[in-house]
This record gives sequence, C-alpha cells and structure tokens, in this order.
Amino acid sequence: MVTSAPLFVFEHVGCGYGAATVVDDVRFAVDSGDFVGIVGPSGSGKTTVLKALLGIIRPRYGVIRRREGLRVGYVPQVETIDWTFPVTVFDVVALTVRHGRFRRLPTSDIDRIRGIIDAVGLDGLHDRHISELSGGQQQRVFLARALAQEPDLLVLDEPASGVDVATRHELLHLLADLHHDGMTIVLTTHDINGLAAHLPRLICFNRTVVADGPPDEVLHPYVLERTYGAPMDVLHHGGMPVVLEHRGHGPHVARDRSA
Amino acid sequence: MIATIATIGTVLLEPLEFEFFQRGLFVATAASALCGLIGVFVVLRSMSYIGHGLSHAVFGGAAASTVLGVSYFVGAGVWAVLAALLIGRVSTRSPVGADAAIGVVTTASFAIGLAIQSRNGSVSSALDTVLFGNVLAVFGRDVLAVLVVGACVTVFVAAFRRELTFATFDPDVARTSGIPVARLDALLMVALSATVIVSARVIGALLIAAMLVLPAGTARLLTNSIGRMLWLAPLLGALFGFGGMYASWYAEVPSGAMITLVGTVVFGAAYLGVDAARRRAVAGLDDHAVPA
Repeated sequence: MVTSAPLFVFEHVGCGYGAATVVDDVRFAVDSGDFVGIVGPSGSGKTTVLKALLGIIRPRYGVIRRREGLRVGYVPQVETIDWTFPVTVFDVVALTVRHGRFRRLPTSDIDRIRGIIDAVGLDGLHDRHISELSGGQQQRVFLARALAQEPDLLVLDEPASGVDVATRHELLHLLADLHHDGMTIVLTTHDINGLAAHLPRLICFNRTVVADGPPDEVLHPYVLERTYGAPMDVLHHGGMPVVLEHRGHGPHVARDRSA
Repeated sequence: MIATIATIGTVLLEPLEFEFFQRGLFVATAASALCGLIGVFVVLRSMSYIGHGLSHAVFGGAAASTVLGVSYFVGAGVWAVLAALLIGRVSTRSPVGADAAIGVVTTASFAIGLAIQSRNGSVSSALDTVLFGNVLAVFGRDVLAVLVVGACVTVFVAAFRRELTFATFDPDVARTSGIPVARLDALLMVALSATVIVSARVIGALLIAAMLVLPAGTARLLTNSIGRMLWLAPLLGALFGFGGMYASWYAEVPSGAMITLVGTVVFGAAYLGVDAARRRAVAGLDDHAVPA
C-alpha cells in the first residue's frame, strides 16, 4: 500500500527567544487533508510553533520536516496588523502575487485576485481601506491573501480572537468549506467551546504536546488541567463536548464587607 | 490679469539670471523629491529617527573629509557606512536597543564634527553648509550626484515596489513568501544614506530629517493608497524644494530653513483640511470626505 508522506512533521523540536525556552520536545505530524486545532492558554507557545513551522524562527534543537515544495498560506493574528497602513483589500491580496518588474499586474492576475476576494465574501469591498472593515472582514482579507498563494496548507493564528459569535460561526463555516474542498488547515486558538470543539482533531498544547486526537478523546478533565493549569469539567451537549471552569476549587476573592 | 502673470513671471525669472540659483533650484527640487520618495518608507516603517541620526552622522563625515582633503561624498559616504555598522553592532551585541544605539553613535559622530569644526576655523564655513544648507555651495558635482542617486533610488523603488511594500507592511509573512526582507532592508538603508548625503549641502543635515517626513507625511494625510503615496510624496517634495528656494531668495533666509517651512505649512494645511473633512464626515454631512 502506498501512503503519502505527511505535509510536515515536528521531531523533538525546541524553540525560544533570547535566554528563554518557549516550547520543548514538540512532536506531531500533519497529513494532507487534516483540519487541526492547537489549543492552549495564552503564552503556552502556540504562535511559536506556527512561527517555527513557517520558518520565521529556527528550532534550537530537533527537526521540522516539511514536504518538498510545500506551499503555506499564513493568516496572522489581526492584533499584529498595522491597520493604518495605506492599502486596500485588493492591495493586500495583490502583494503576494509575483509579476514582471516595472509592469502593471496582468489582467489574468487581477481577475484571479478579484475572484478570491469574492470567494471569501468580500465582494464589493475590493477598494475599501483595511481600517474601514469589520473584525470578521479583516480576518477574511488575510484569508484571501493566504489563498492567493495557492497553498497546500493554510495556517491561522488565533482566528477567533476578538471576533463576535456570529463572525466566529461564519469563519468556521468558511474554513469547513475549504477543508471540504481538500485544504489542509492548522489553526491555534484558546477558545475551546467556540472553535476547538468543532474541529476533527485537536492538539492540547502547553510548552509541549499534552494530548493529540479527536475532541471526544482529548477534551478530558485530566488533559485540560495539564494544559490550562486549572481544574475543568467536561459536559456533553448535543453530542458535543462542552468545557466548563471547575467551580469547586480554585481561588476565591473574599467579598469586602467593610465597604 | 496680464499684469499679474507678468509679475509672477518676473518673480520666477529674476533669480534664474544667476547660475548658482539655477543649480541650487535644480538640486533642491530634485533632492526634496528624492527625500519624498524614500520618505514614504521612512514614514510607513516609523524610521524617522534613523533618518535624523544618519543626517547627524553625515556631519561628522563631512568634517573629517574637509580636514583630510578628500571629497565630501567619499568622506560622508564612508562615515555613514561605518555609523550604520556600528549601530548594528551595538544594538545586536548589547542589551542596548536600536534607538539608543542610533542616539549614541550618531550624536557622537555629530560631536566629532563639532570638535573638528572648532579646532579648524578655516573649514567652519564649509561645515556650516552641511549643517544648514547653502545654495551658494552647490556645484556641478552636486547636480551630478543628485541625478545619479535619484535615478538609482527611483529604479530601485520602481523595480521592488511590491517587495518593499510587502516587507514594510508584514515582514514575517513577506519572508515566508520568499521575499529577501533583510537584503531589501539593507538596500533601503543604503538608499536612505545616499539620499541624506546628496541632500545635505542644499537642505542641511539638521533639516533633512524634516524633508524625509514632511512630503510623505502630507501624502499619507491625503491618500489611503501606498501606490498614490509613491508619486504624490516626490511631487510634494519637489514643490517644497522649488517653493522653498524662491522663498529663500526673497526672504534672504537659508534654503534648508525655507524648504522645511514651506513643507511644514503645506503639511499643516493638509492636516487641518483632512481633520475638518473627517469631522464633517462624522457629523454625517459628507460620508465620503475622508481621504480617497
């Protein structure tokens, strides 16, 4: 039987900045067609893993094997974008498209870019400055930019951060459609119930991989406590796991009765 | 009407009878346009402090070249490269940040220039030219230098417009998309240094930092498109240089000061105009009054 090689593999990878080691002994692989959510608290090293995967930072030890010729489309956290930068929706997507020096963008590329912008639901907003978009629309511009690179793998850093419930649902549907059409997707999130629980595969992460598997298997109180450092309960509602903060323990703030 | 046109004609033509003014007008207009072009990236990358520092560093190089008897362009060029290398070394190999490294290296360079100036009274007028700009000190070699640097920088920006924009907007993703960000950053620094060196003798090292910011800043107020900024900023720079030279002639004030003041007045007008338009838009009187 012929099996295709994974798109990428992390083999005992450690990364850090300056003197600090941020992630340690990271091991996981992603195959073509996977839809993976890396979940963990803020500061757990999720973005560092993505940066190492993209080649923005180099591992201190270990190896990241990427399939030869792998094309990656990256959607950064919206908080990291300079929204005052003088570019329109069309400009942002067009930046990724190579064309002849001293020449205008060919009509075929213009049509392709317009098609991608329309496909992510931003039709009619091509010439809008990026600061004039809503949170969900801003997220979609960078999704369009990533898709314009015709990637084999789509990587999103905290796509659900700072967006409302309706926008999160729309984004989830859009990503599900892309996955249905064959796109491999890896995203990070700290939102378990709103996003992670809906994905087919989760990697619970805190400096290293705590657990890796379908939500039903990994969303377990023991795993969550090791991931988030606090006790959590898991209920089931409509066949979906729902994670709740454990109210029985944890710190209590005494009410100030003197006021 | 005819009398008004005749008066304007006289105002514009009278100084042109002097060859030094012709040269000065050309170099001021071209250098200011060049500052406007490279200034787009200085403004969008929040690099104005580097421009400020480089112009101060150039003064040290100018002072050294005067004493050693070598060409200003060679002295200032070598000095700027050494200053840039030293800034890089101090900021990467010590806990001192890049902004502090720029502050230390470039002000030290400026201090060396001042020390040389005070010990060599005979060269002080040449150094005053570099500090404040002097239209009388513009010669044929300055015209040639601004033409060569202007052509090189324009070709560089036109050829790598997409890559420079991408690396400015989102360097991490640009790098993952195969754009050589570090090499482009280095080339941009070279272009910025060359611009400062060829502009210093007419605008003045102390005032170049303003010209790296004013045309591009005004263009940024007027448009939300980097494509439009890249032609509007050089055009505004040229207008500031041209208008400033005539203002300098009639007000009998150094050229660099008047070029900067013309730019500041236009920037102020643009700022107030855009601010008023924005307030009208907020008040619901005009939905499309913000920059195009």
